[in-house]
Amino acid sequence: MTLLAVDNLTVSFPTADGTVQAVRGLSFSVDTGKTLGVVGESGSGKSVSALTMLGLNPGADISGSAVFNGQELLTMSQQDLRKIRGADIAMIFQDPLSSLHPHFRVGWQIAEAIRSHTHVSKQDARSQAVELLRLVNIPQPERRVDAYPHEMSGGMRQRVMIAMALALKPKLLIADEPTTALDATVQAQLMELLVQMQNELGMAMIIITHDLGVIASVADEVLVMYAGRAAERADARTTFFSPHHPYTRGLLGSVPSATGVVGTRLTPIIGSPPSLISVPTGCGFHPRCPFAMEMCIDEQPDLVPIPAGPSHTSACWLPPEMTGVGIAMDTARQRYASTHRGARSAKLPGVIAAVEGATVYA
Amino acid sequence: MPDPSEDGDVLVRAEGIVKHFPIKEGIFFKHQVGSVQAVDNVSFEVRRGETLGLVGETGCGKSTLARCIMRLFPLTAGRLTFDGADLSTLSRSQMRPYRRGMQMIFQDPYGSLNSRRRVGSIIGDPLAIHKLASGVERRKRVQGLMEVVGLNPEHYNRFPAEFSGGQRQRIGVARALALHPKLIVADEPVSALDVSIQAQIINLLEDLQGEFGLTYVFIAHDLAVVQHVSDRVAVMYLGKIVEVADVKDLYATPRHPYTNALLSASVVADPDQARTRDRIILSGDVPSPINPPSGCRFHTRCPKAQPICSTEEPLLKRGAQDPSGHLAACHFPVADGEKLASEKATILHTVEGFLAEAPT
Repeated sequence: MTLLAVDNLTVSFPTADGTVQAVRGLSFSVDTGKTLGVVGESGSGKSVSALTMLGLNPGADISGSAVFNGQELLTMSQQDLRKIRGADIAMIFQDPLSSLHPHFRVGWQIAEAIRSHTHVSKQDARSQAVELLRLVNIPQPERRVDAYPHEMSGGMRQRVMIAMALALKPKLLIADEPTTALDATVQAQLMELLVQMQNELGMAMIIITHDLGVIASVADEVLVMYAGRAAERADARTTFFSPHHPYTRGLLGSVPSATGVVGTRLTPIIGSPPSLISVPTGCGFHPRCPFAMEMCIDEQPDLVPIPAGPSHTSACWLPPEMTGVGIAMDTARQRYASTHRGARSAKLPGVIAAVEGATVYA
Repeated sequence: MPDPSEDGDVLVRAEGIVKHFPIKEGIFFKHQVGSVQAVDNVSFEVRRGETLGLVGETGCGKSTLARCIMRLFPLTAGRLTFDGADLSTLSRSQMRPYRRGMQMIFQDPYGSLNSRRRVGSIIGDPLAIHKLASGVERRKRVQGLMEVVGLNPEHYNRFPAEFSGGQRQRIGVARALALHPKLIVADEPVSALDVSIQAQIINLLEDLQGEFGLTYVFIAHDLAVVQHVSDRVAVMYLGKIVEVADVKDLYATPRHPYTNALLSASVVADPDQARTRDRIILSGDVPSPINPPSGCRFHTRCPKAQPICSTEEPLLKRGAQDPSGHLAACHFPVADGEKLASEKATILHTVEGFLAEAPT
């Protein structure tokens, strides 16, 4: 069952330098009890789209729709949103130190979240906070409930954030880079905790990250974002083993041992993500894409169904059957692209590098 | 671990390096009340032309050890030789000639470049300090360096703010290369960068190593990156090296229980592997380096701990089945195929679930 459906979401911020088009027509949905992994580089619009749905982007120009459990979030009043935020939709942010208030004890902060949504006494809220801290495996919760954030380690603080987010048994949990600032062993503890909680509460999760490892270990479905748009959407295995979009392919080639054999050279994407003030025409990825064609410069591709996986869609002009990683498929892509090249696309940096065989895959 | 043979192959040799930071109290009469034992009795060597990876969690002393190798502060104890010269007790001015041979790349490409100076003068600084080139000559060499690291030499007069994160890291690399060092210590050089940019910088560092015969000490917390770049890897826990081995041996047959836990906890970007392997999840946090546990420092969290572990500190030694370079500091090293289990660590068998569930 669809819990959240985002349709054609556009978010832009007017600035002195021009309009930042942070999200440019993003559509996706999340089903009850499932985990959607949203992956992309900094500035691809991952966090902005999540914050916008929760009404946390005042000052932005927003259009499109985001329907959660039958209610439209984008046009909702702040009062109504406040009832949903923290209760039905909870969010965990990347940096637990700056998302906890330094002057209040963590138990008080958890209790506050409970008391602002339900009518319970202070004592009850406090004992609920103790139980929540126990649930997220904080040792000696009766004592820790009175600790200040600075008295805890980064992993503990993030546990407190998770406890707070789970306090009201949300239907949807949005975790924005929940483990990026943490060590591998702590990250493993927390991801395991999140998955356990999800199974227990039956909630849906959106995990926003740039770490393909996190995506590989928890996501059911993966949304790959580039320059404010969805580049590709598929289930986790299809994303890793049969990607269609050259950007997804590039991301996989950039991570050690993701797809290749250990010890082989990485195949990064050349250049850097575009400025969102002057997004490239056509497909936003075309300046960096090794397979760019003439049409990529002029026409923006829409998400089209790809036969490689169930509900697999990709926004790329390459033929839908060209999926997969590996040199053979890259060569096939390159051969197809070269027949659709013109004077302009032959001069693109990604294409030049790929044809020279220098730094890019294929 | 000192190995007297073939000293010519060893660029850096550290013997019993100790670095403690004093904790002081008192307003008028400061007195020392304790010390942070950031690095405690660490011995290792870095061979010419190799990449030594250094991994461990936050606060385990990786960066302190890197700064010890660079002699950025005085050592509390121990002996450090670089290219045959003993650097352990040299003063700042005595160190200067040796600094040419060792350079550092930092994690934060924003914080490590002075934002008010032009890129040309940032990269040219080492040349100016060591009085190697000036004027047109310096400019030429800086532009040459910019080209080597993949920057446009015409951007010589720009400020750091005009570059992206990846380009800034290239500036840092160019600055480190300016003096043709023998050793480059890279402290988390890619962790602040986006995935696609990380790969660019890793490839650049690999190319430069081949071109200039550099030796790297590569610090990172991302085990996949370390596996990719390193020839040998040293694992640190709470100020100690607990295991060191060739990269293949370390990742295939980790002997120290901590290495096992670390490797099993790291996420791999492969959905099948990520969901089918067992994970050893350690309970609790790393203890404080002010008051480290007695004996083996890992015994408080170790799934294999025995009474002896809390009383006697294990030394780095080679296991019976291991190749000569594979050393682990453990009384009860993990055998091939052994499964770790105890109440101190949760072992998750995550085979079920994903593959059964995945729609085919």
